[in-house]
Amino acid sequence: MNLPFRPSPNGNDRGCTDQQTLKQRGQHEVFCGLTSIVWLHRKIENAFFLVVGSRTCAHLIQSAAGVMIFAEPRFGTAIIDERDLAGLADIDDELDSVVGRLLERRPDIELLFLVGSCPSEVIKLDLKRAAQRLSKLHMPKVRVLNYSGSGIETTFTQGEDACLSALAAEGQTETQNASDHLVVVGALADIVEDQFRRLFSEMGIDNVTFLPAKKANAPLIIGSKTKYLLAQPFLGDTARVLEDRGAKRITAPFPLGAEGTTAWLKAAAQSFGVSEEKFESATAAGHRRALIAMEAHRDALQGKRIFFFPDSQLEVPLARFVSEELGMRLVEVGTPYLHRAHLSEDLARLPAGTLLSEGQDVERQLDRCRAEDPDLVVCGLGLANPLEAEGMTTKWSIELVFTPIQGYDQAGDLARLFSRPLDRRTRLGGLLCN
Amino acid sequence: MQLTVWTYEGPPHVGAMRIATAMKGLHYVLHAPQGDTYADLLFTMIERRNARPPVTYTTFQARDLGGDTAELFKTSCFDAYERFMPEAMIVGASCTAELIQDDPGGLAKALALPIPVIPLELPSYQKKENWGAAETFYRIVRELARGDGDRATRNPKSCNILGPTALGFRHRDDVVEIKRLLGALGITVNVVAPLDARPSDIARLGDAAFNVVLYPEIAEPAARYLAKTLGQPMTTFVPIGVHATRDFIREVAELAGVNPDDVLNDRQSRLPWYSASVDSTYLTGKRVFIFGDATHALAAARIAKQELGFDVVGLGTFSREFARPMREAAAALGLEALITDDYLDVEKAIIDAQPELILGTQMERHIAKRLGLPCAVISAPVHVQDFPARHSPQMGFEGANVIFDTWVHPLMMGLEEHLLAMFRNDHEFHDGAAPSHLGHAPRAPEPEAVQTAPSEKAPIITGWAADAEKELNKIPFFVRGKARRNTERYAAERGVPLITIETLYDAKAHFSR
Repeated sequence: MNLPFRPSPNGNDRGCTDQQTLKQRGQHEVFCGLTSIVWLHRKIENAFFLVVGSRTCAHLIQSAAGVMIFAEPRFGTAIIDERDLAGLADIDDELDSVVGRLLERRPDIELLFLVGSCPSEVIKLDLKRAAQRLSKLHMPKVRVLNYSGSGIETTFTQGEDACLSALAAEGQTETQNASDHLVVVGALADIVEDQFRRLFSEMGIDNVTFLPAKKANAPLIIGSKTKYLLAQPFLGDTARVLEDRGAKRITAPFPLGAEGTTAWLKAAAQSFGVSEEKFESATAAGHRRALIAMEAHRDALQGKRIFFFPDSQLEVPLARFVSEELGMRLVEVGTPYLHRAHLSEDLARLPAGTLLSEGQDVERQLDRCRAEDPDLVVCGLGLANPLEAEGMTTKWSIELVFTPIQGYDQAGDLARLFSRPLDRRTRLGGLLCN
Repeated sequence: MQLTVWTYEGPPHVGAMRIATAMKGLHYVLHAPQGDTYADLLFTMIERRNARPPVTYTTFQARDLGGDTAELFKTSCFDAYERFMPEAMIVGASCTAELIQDDPGGLAKALALPIPVIPLELPSYQKKENWGAAETFYRIVRELARGDGDRATRNPKSCNILGPTALGFRHRDDVVEIKRLLGALGITVNVVAPLDARPSDIARLGDAAFNVVLYPEIAEPAARYLAKTLGQPMTTFVPIGVHATRDFIREVAELAGVNPDDVLNDRQSRLPWYSASVDSTYLTGKRVFIFGDATHALAAARIAKQELGFDVVGLGTFSREFARPMREAAAALGLEALITDDYLDVEKAIIDAQPELILGTQMERHIAKRLGLPCAVISAPVHVQDFPARHSPQMGFEGANVIFDTWVHPLMMGLEEHLLAMFRNDHEFHDGAAPSHLGHAPRAPEPEAVQTAPSEKAPIITGWAADAEKELNKIPFFVRGKARRNTERYAAERGVPLITIETLYDAKAHFSR
């Protein structure tokens, strides 16, 4: 089977590689990094995420998670109160006692993250020192790490970046006789992780680790023999930590859709010297299934105009997917932050001249969106219903983060996330307007 | 520092948002870090509002902290004024902005906008959502309500309805119900606030003769202020339940000088008859545990006891501001009130009280699910399910009907409960069978484990003989926990080391005296 690779971008076809972004400063309608706890705590078994923050932080995670899906979740908030701020209580002692009570109650916990928040950052609470102190106290049973998910430093998925950086910094060092090995970086749904592991194995790449691992204490080995492949586009800090430790990044687009997944796997295959034949025999079936699964959605979405509000930093790879693989037209691709190096392959595959915006002034962006009147708007939950009420069709972006979308066997699901809102609007017809 | 898994209330600025979002022509400028905009989705998703809350967030980031966050606030405030052209603005800080002490009130004042700008001081590290809503409403009323109304020209048969907000538990439907009730009494509603009120409506609150306080958590400070400065009396009965609705009707009739008899005699509520009908006999003495905001929990306790004939075995609230009336109400029921915002304490109290029905919030619904107990939701914090498409008030006579259905539905129906007892060894009527009207999902395992947890009063560990245990299992599951507990208490008090069939029936006789 002929792999439908697009020719790699050359001087004449560099897509959006050098495209300037529109930067406006105003209200950001985005989540803070604490929100990523919602999926991280499900992903990493035996880990607990303790936010050191305010009632707002607790309320945010509770609201973002949907009220209480899990009986007793592996996250909680140590709420700073007036006594802590006024210095009436020693904040270190208070934290130690909260952690002590927590670990007593949850003997299954092996890894505890102290997660910094806006208030803890502003009062300059040293959670790194606290983590070291508590680690000493509770090792070897419980390892204590820290990172910040504060809104003043992180946007939504950057919380995962901060968490994975902390894990990467802690990873073990390679031994002298280590051989080349692959680390896939970025939280993926278990089912996706297993699919990729099988695909790598069929190509003969068996030494594969995933970061984060399903088990809190699974070993992570990092060194100069480490080649890492990003599975998520928002991991700038984690990549820096890995590179500081000698790891090398495999340049690839992100594994969305048939083409994205193939190109992502291909980049790894080439880096590990996998033969063309072996690569094809490992991926041909998956690639074919993905095309079949996307077909009906492609018919529904072809030529439709789509507008992305910034949310998860997945916007550029998603825009690449919908334009290249579903034939949609990009009106605006907003992203909280554009990491040009990590997104180089996806940017090169975007149609030249696409409007890219970075950061946000939500009011002016809404003005642009209304003026453009796109067929589909990808936006957060705060904007979706109001825009629907104005007559626009929306896809809430958070679902693109919570749903398994990567890999061949999710390509159809991913396409459906975009086609379903349009399908629904067609089915409902004139219901909303008399 | 307090460890919190789930929280009953958001921070106070979310309370302020509930006021701003309820009103029209009012805009809230909130000094807050990036991420605090999550609160918008409470309104657009849980309540399915079709517009964004009228809130502008400064969304400062770390790099702004080194620069001028105060300037950022001023720009946001001015831009919001120009874009939305509100009649009035409220300005304040969220928890993080409170720490950087930029003084939003002072900064906004310096802009000299041609509209009233009301500064809010909502201490995030001490107070919570409902307090924030009450304080915000009070500040708005204080700033905007005209004090010059001529008391003599007021229509004595006119009132304001105070308290309904955005994201309130059935506030939307309660307002409809109460307006209908007041209409039937011949009383005019001058202003409903904050829900759907404009700042200009707040200005004319003084035109009414008295104020109806629907939700004391939200409206009491404002109503007290109006009573003091404008001489408007306020209602004290919250019309949830048949008795409370009747009390409320008498109270407003007295305030307005109208005759309540026709409205009182109009048998609009089916609750009294349904409760008296023989099918409801099985409700007698059902053990109920009640937890919620103070208004709804207090009302639920009265309904449970006086209108459905339940036994209230636990009563509590997360509204610390209302600890006193709650303690009094609990004491009248021979209970100690549970005043806490710690979900784990509530769970423990429920396990200890061994109720047969829980009336609580969405949190208690989860506790109930885990313990395999029936549950009805009576109070915020709200969930998308608490905004049903149909009219579903809690207040007035129709509210009482809704409450009857909502509370009784999760329980076994009367006749069904008898059949279950009669045919308890039949394979279709086995203990695990769920009520037929609730579908066929497997019943959660019974909370036996928690019921056998040693109680403080019974340090002697008494065991069950195999035949006694078997006999116990013949008792229908919904009373088995009670039977087990009573028998163990009986055995412990008498130092019986092994519970036999004899002990079981001795205990039964003892407790049925």
